Amino acid sequence: MATLTLERPTTPRPLNRPRRRGRTLAGRIALYVTLAIAAAAIMLPFVWMVISSLKTNNQVFSIPIQWIPDPVVWENYLDIWTKSDMATWLRNTLILSVTVTCLQVLTGSFAAYGFAKTRFPGRDVLFLAYIGTIAVPWQAYMIPQFILMSRLGLNNTLWAIIALQAFSAFGVFLMKQYYESIPDELCEAARIDGLTEYGIWRRIVFPLSGPAIATLVLLTFVNTWNDYLGPLIYLRSPEIWTIQIGLKSFVSQYNAEYALIMTGSVISVLPIALIFLLGQRYFVQGIATAGLKG
Amino acid sequence: MAVPVLEKPAAAPAPPPRRKPGQRLKVRNAVIGWTFILPNFLGFATLTLVPVLILMYLGFTSWNAFGQATWIGTENFQRLITDKTFHTALFNTFYYAAVHIPLTLGISLGLALLLNRKLRGMGFFRTVAFFPYITSIVAIAVVWNMLFSPDSGVINQFLMWIGIDNPPGWTTSTDWAMPAVIIVGTWRDMGYYMLLFLAGLQAIPGELYEAARVDGANGLRRFLNVTLPCLRPTTFFVTVMLTINSFKIFDLILVMTDGGPGTATLVLSQYIYRKGFEEYDFGYASAVAIVLFLICLVVTIVQFMVNKRRER
Repeated sequence: MATLTLERPTTPRPLNRPRRRGRTLAGRIALYVTLAIAAAAIMLPFVWMVISSLKTNNQVFSIPIQWIPDPVVWENYLDIWTKSDMATWLRNTLILSVTVTCLQVLTGSFAAYGFAKTRFPGRDVLFLAYIGTIAVPWQAYMIPQFILMSRLGLNNTLWAIIALQAFSAFGVFLMKQYYESIPDELCEAARIDGLTEYGIWRRIVFPLSGPAIATLVLLTFVNTWNDYLGPLIYLRSPEIWTIQIGLKSFVSQYNAEYALIMTGSVISVLPIALIFLLGQRYFVQGIATAGLKG
Repeated sequence: MAVPVLEKPAAAPAPPPRRKPGQRLKVRNAVIGWTFILPNFLGFATLTLVPVLILMYLGFTSWNAFGQATWIGTENFQRLITDKTFHTALFNTFYYAAVHIPLTLGISLGLALLLNRKLRGMGFFRTVAFFPYITSIVAIAVVWNMLFSPDSGVINQFLMWIGIDNPPGWTTSTDWAMPAVIIVGTWRDMGYYMLLFLAGLQAIPGELYEAARVDGANGLRRFLNVTLPCLRPTTFFVTVMLTINSFKIFDLILVMTDGGPGTATLVLSQYIYRKGFEEYDFGYASAVAIVLFLICLVVTIVQFMVNKRRER
């Protein structure tokens, strides 16, 4: 399993006096024990979810808890595809997540360049408006937004979710924070060499912002994949449901099929877990950069 | 970008031909800047900025989905004053925030302190702590509901095993439903804020700790006099984000309890949803939304003011 690491400024190691060393070892063991218990507690719901997805129905709530399924019911992972529209939901969610992520990275990084590397009157006021709306809960303006979307005729189409998610103020904010750490001299030199501003964005700033892009890709993908409220409001027809809406309706429909519900849950989490493990190194770095200067 | 300034203040006004290139450069810069921002701004303006402005108008109207919006002044807000369900939702929102904010703040800071070490395996533990934050709300809610199941759920089986004879009914009980939701909310969010704290901790120069140690400060003193003051910008950012996120809590509650039992976990966001999308009372729902908006605005402004005063 890949793991999260944060770069840490190397500090000189304190001189360990012999008296302290014993304490450190005992302390270290205590630390590991504490961490192991905490980690087990945090992961317990996931462990229980996976275990239950391999059980028969009446074993899920057995007393006492049965930690190892016997027999292991692999069939749950076959049944779920015929008992639900899992494939349709997954396909819709994938389409949405990929489209939204591409749009957000493209428009977000472009706007971030405008805010970080060009100068014009009114720029800072405009950026303030962006920041300001991050603090406004979406639930506060979801009704006027819904009315607007209906007028645009996007209701009950996948386009509604794309429009909803593709232009996030947070994405612009995150990318701008990163762009500001790229020295202006670099852009200046490129300007003198005759590159246009668009050229500087495409050839220099964008390629240099790998970690920020990776963070934005991951956050956006995960957010779109896990979004529940947006699809709940906009996606009425079952054939355009996302995995979250589908899973919820599956849960209400088969509310006694506990094992199968857990199977569905595992499948809904799996792609995210995979993506997270692939890119989490950047993830952490990017969140740290965005958070620190806020 | 530096624009060369040719004229000196005392010199006579520069002749027009000289000024023009500067002026043109300014216009050119503005055009270039705007072309970068425009694609995002168009979407952002239509779907965020404009709706926020429309909201301010809608709150003062009466409108169902089929008719026309008619201006009724402050009538919606007068209705809020006597609306019992609204009071419950308001109370529950503050209840959730008042417990969830300090709890998450404490636990995520504690986790960050615990994991801010250069030891083997720390990366693994950080991954574990962060994982709940990125998993889907529906899966989380469903799993936790089963764990919280009153008779045969894992949690109550454990509580009975350690000797609690009468464990709570969690999401089926009006008293315990909110604590149950808060537990799940905290479990989910702590990893994210832990990462922010971790980043803040690692920006503290090690020399400060060395100096404190030389001065004979013990662990607690070092924490109070070095760690906490240096973490202040991070703590501020975390508190602001955590507050806004707590006041807008919704989907977790919607899937876990649907506001119930009764109205025990009904929060403002869900009340907006009910009034707007289930009863099509757009005007009244918008009035509730304005209240939620104002709460977030006021709390954020207060936090900024407190932060500024402390900075001095």
